[in-house]
Amino acid sequence: MSPHLTYALTTAATAWKREVSTYFATPLAYIFLAIFLSSIGLFTWDISGFFEAGKADLDAFFSWHPWLYIFFMPALAMRLWSDEKLLGTIELLNSLPVSLSGLVTGKLLAAWTVAGAGLVMTLPWWIMVNYLGDTDNGVIAVSYLMSWLMAGAFLGIGSTVSALTSSSAIAFVLSVGASFLITAAGWPILSVNIDSVFGPALSEIVSQFSFMTHFSPAQRGVVELRNIIFFLSFIGLSIAATRLLIEYRRRVPK
Amino acid sequence: MGPGRPGSRLKTGQIIGCALVKARDTGKNRPNSKVMAMLVVEKLTKSFSKKQAVASVSFQIGKGEVIGFLGQNGAGKSTTLRMICGAIEPDAGDARISGYSILEHRRQAQRLIGYLPEGAPLYPDMRVAEFLDFMADCHQLRGPARRSALERVINDTRLASALGQTISTLSKGFKRRVGLAGALLHDPPALILDEPLDGLDPIQRSAVKNLISTMAPDKAVLISTHNLDDIPAMCSRTVLIDHGRIIADETPEQFAARSAGSLETAFAALVSETASATY
Repeated sequence: MSPHLTYALTTAATAWKREVSTYFATPLAYIFLAIFLSSIGLFTWDISGFFEAGKADLDAFFSWHPWLYIFFMPALAMRLWSDEKLLGTIELLNSLPVSLSGLVTGKLLAAWTVAGAGLVMTLPWWIMVNYLGDTDNGVIAVSYLMSWLMAGAFLGIGSTVSALTSSSAIAFVLSVGASFLITAAGWPILSVNIDSVFGPALSEIVSQFSFMTHFSPAQRGVVELRNIIFFLSFIGLSIAATRLLIEYRRRVPK
Repeated sequence: MGPGRPGSRLKTGQIIGCALVKARDTGKNRPNSKVMAMLVVEKLTKSFSKKQAVASVSFQIGKGEVIGFLGQNGAGKSTTLRMICGAIEPDAGDARISGYSILEHRRQAQRLIGYLPEGAPLYPDMRVAEFLDFMADCHQLRGPARRSALERVINDTRLASALGQTISTLSKGFKRRVGLAGALLHDPPALILDEPLDGLDPIQRSAVKNLISTMAPDKAVLISTHNLDDIPAMCSRTVLIDHGRIIADETPEQFAARSAGSLETAFAALVSETASATY
């Protein structure tokens, strides 16, 4: 392994450890998990009428994920970098012999870990649908995997936007806006309108960037490598963009 | 008196000496015949928008030297310190720590620096022990070296009683000591301290001054301070910056001699002299 990669991984582990302990040292992670589980439960069991549908699957549960992530993932990511700027600790970090790529990756992974913890806490529902009837566990497993990857991509947006400002509130609002746009890009209502105004080519391009487009096949139990690559590439790009923004601020501080 | 010698006025962009700095014949605080330059600052320049904050600042610090970096608010002290330790990038110029350029060999250079930023920014949610652990991780200290480094700084900065406390609950003085402990953890040969005594009570000030004096023989220390009373006890040299330019580089005694032994009067006179020459 190259020394640069080892160095980045060591820094990522340090940043991950610090961020995860921060999430659980403050009420943030607990509030996030409590509200996330309540909301997803409400939407799945009540609004989607799970018990009236009479199906032993988690389609209703997963169909809400992109829409809930628009709000929940920015809430997790909003303080990743904005707090460092607000507290002035960004100056301390910039003076330390650490890898900036490692720092950005470690922080994002920490938020992704908390998002993963939220998903893990819904696993009893998977057991429950197995108890209720004949369940296609492959579809559910694939949906969980793709949902977690999609959460990482949403967090990537949040992390990048958080590097733009020292206000967590502004980071949250901007991230929600950006997340909504990238999710809604694959919405049929939007696709049809773009198609009629700008033609099918642009409509196709726009929808290809939507998280919906890359998450929907998982709900049919289809694992497409291109969708996995899309989410992983999106996360990689967001790490690069966040790194660039922080590096830029080191050159041109306010 | 030649350029760059104690008591002389320095011109913008002037580099003082070379890598080996001969001891100054008038400096009674320099027992060494030759002082190895551990920290070399070369024409550091930085502008924010259209305002020039630091204009071609150059000086160097040898092993065993403690430099008091003086200047009014907004003179360019903190910006210079931030550039030296790599927290911000200069528009021009460079800083070398034991020969490592902060621009070309940033990581190696930063390993050799202990930096206490202005206001000692810390993570309020962390406990003191967690913060020191985090700093040890950042400096990749492991095993017995890590344990002995932690023990040393906890002892030196008298933090044993606060290790389990959350940083947000600490007094300003304690926070400053936690920041100082973080800067000293890896036992760096160059120490850059931005207002290290700010917020400390008289007993704590005295303890930190003693600590700096104890460490000084093995290190190059650059201290930014507003408090001129701290200078004679701590510093072997004073560098005065005004409007982003170095206007004096001399021993505290020479500096005080400018105005009948009063550092404060000498400081005020020198700054107003520069202001009248500039405008």
